[in-house]
Amino acid sequence: MYTRGTTTVPHKSKLKTSNMSKIKGNFKKTWILYVFVLPPMLYLFILHYIPLYGIQIAFKNFKPAQGIWGSQWVGFKHFITFFESYHFKSLLTNTLILSLYSLAAGFPIPILLALILNYCRYPKLKKLVQTVTYAPHFISTVVFCGMIFIFLSVDGIVNQFLMLLGIDPILFMSKAEYFRHIYVWSGVFKGMGWSSIIYIATLAGVSPDLHEAALVDGATKLQRMFYIDLPSIIPTAVILLILNAGQIMNVGFEKAFLLQTPVNLQYSEIISTYVYKTGIQSAQFSYSAAIGLFNNIINFILLMSVNKFAKKVNGISLW
Amino acid sequence: MQVKFSNESREDKIFDIFITIVFILLLFLVLYPLYFIVIASISNPDLVSSGQVLFLPKQVNFEAYKYIFRDTRIWRGYANTIQYTFFGTFFALLLTIPSGYALSRKDMKGKNFIMKYMVFTMYFGGGLIPKYLVIKNLGLIDTPFVLMVLGSFSVFNLIITRTYFLSTIPIELQEAAEIDGCSILRFFIAIVLPLSKSIIAIMLLYYAVGHWNSFFNGLMYIKSDHLYPLQVILRDILISGQNLQADSTDMDYILEMERISRTIRYGVIIVSTLPVLILYPFVQKHFVKGVMIGSIKG
Repeated sequence: MYTRGTTTVPHKSKLKTSNMSKIKGNFKKTWILYVFVLPPMLYLFILHYIPLYGIQIAFKNFKPAQGIWGSQWVGFKHFITFFESYHFKSLLTNTLILSLYSLAAGFPIPILLALILNYCRYPKLKKLVQTVTYAPHFISTVVFCGMIFIFLSVDGIVNQFLMLLGIDPILFMSKAEYFRHIYVWSGVFKGMGWSSIIYIATLAGVSPDLHEAALVDGATKLQRMFYIDLPSIIPTAVILLILNAGQIMNVGFEKAFLLQTPVNLQYSEIISTYVYKTGIQSAQFSYSAAIGLFNNIINFILLMSVNKFAKKVNGISLW
Repeated sequence: MQVKFSNESREDKIFDIFITIVFILLLFLVLYPLYFIVIASISNPDLVSSGQVLFLPKQVNFEAYKYIFRDTRIWRGYANTIQYTFFGTFFALLLTIPSGYALSRKDMKGKNFIMKYMVFTMYFGGGLIPKYLVIKNLGLIDTPFVLMVLGSFSVFNLIITRTYFLSTIPIELQEAAEIDGCSILRFFIAIVLPLSKSIIAIMLLYYAVGHWNSFFNGLMYIKSDHLYPLQVILRDILISGQNLQADSTDMDYILEMERISRTIRYGVIIVSTLPVLILYPFVQKHFVKGVMIGSIKG
């Protein structure tokens, strides 16, 4: 025992030191890689991880003078106030409806666009349609919303065309009911080309053999589209659907905020705009932090469960 | 893939006609509004609002642009945004390209942990208020610095960059350089960077467009007029319907400006969006390439 012990101990430590020196040698060579990743890690630490520490103000009565740590604990008081407030139900429904409606309209249309672009007989037309439909993606949200206001005003261009067709002008911006449709369909318009890129790329990878075989069997273009192209897009589509589902509570702040008018507030006030107003404009930091946290937790749970579900159903998952 | 076949069925012909019509409608739907803004900005506003300017400009004049060019607020916003975009994009490249390369190397220990550390931030965050408080405590509120720093690193772009390096820099190249005693830093500068012009172009454009169009950060963190980025000023003019600054107390001047305020708004859209739209056709292929690389692994 004793001898064995003495023989193994130095052996082990030798192994260890050689391992250590290997790691050290490796580090001597690769240290610069850590210098490369340090700045972005620091960036995320300051702007993402330190704010995580600040989440506790959602459970406190935050007073700037007392600091985050020094403020008094109030537990779930702010959450309860929010759930019981008269805004809660309308904020939640507005957020969910805008989001689900956007998903329902904005998800299939880029797929359709990619499918038909794939059958365009004129390469030049195809290129032109692609270039032109991608363009709205690059217009800033502010300018885009400005255009919506101008075009949909009473004497705006849309109403001019309606009048040419003999239809009375519609008061798009001053009727609250129209808000959701305007929000969603302008979003579809802005994003459809850009979102179709990924499907166009997937379709380019479909084997031509499949199409030739289908042609020999006398399949029409429409049939080829449904039985060859559509199935080959589905894995990509599922991944994107998961990503989108995880963002259901994250309705873009900018567009909703910019399209808000006193008239449509009952439909256009969503969680993120409400957090901005209560938190930044009226400085109720703790209350709005609680609402924000509620939103993020729901989002996180949604993403996790949709991912798990997709994994179970057809083995497609994000990680 | 398009497969040529001579005897097309009647159904196929109908299908072709149908999709061609859809394409033409789409082109009209996107191009016409842009064209309309151009002609409306140089026409008589009364004719525009009575629906007489639909396809051709009428009573062409450049009055609106005269007012726009005299408005110091727009040009200060322009100058601010150029400054924020320039420095912001520079920081962004510095943060994204080297780290994307580092995380693509097989011999980097702990890269899985670092990737998790970064990807986590995409899925869970502290929210608006805690972030605002951090920036406030750093004393960055109402400084130009905050608009250069925010939006200067995106994990999504990092993943695209990393994927690019994974697929373009062969391990043999790295090994050959190692045998010759080339340090990683030298290898990165002398060999990797010259091979990565396309990913640098993609990232440059992504971040630059992001900074140029960024509105929210200016709204949140800037309080002084002279620091506002262009988008915040555009909001005041296009959406809140504020008039341009009248640098004259001449009543006629102000009244005239009121009268053509709608035309001015069309002009402002053109002046502010022109740089992006002019550059767009030339750089479009880089944007598309970025999406393709990003799609290799979600």
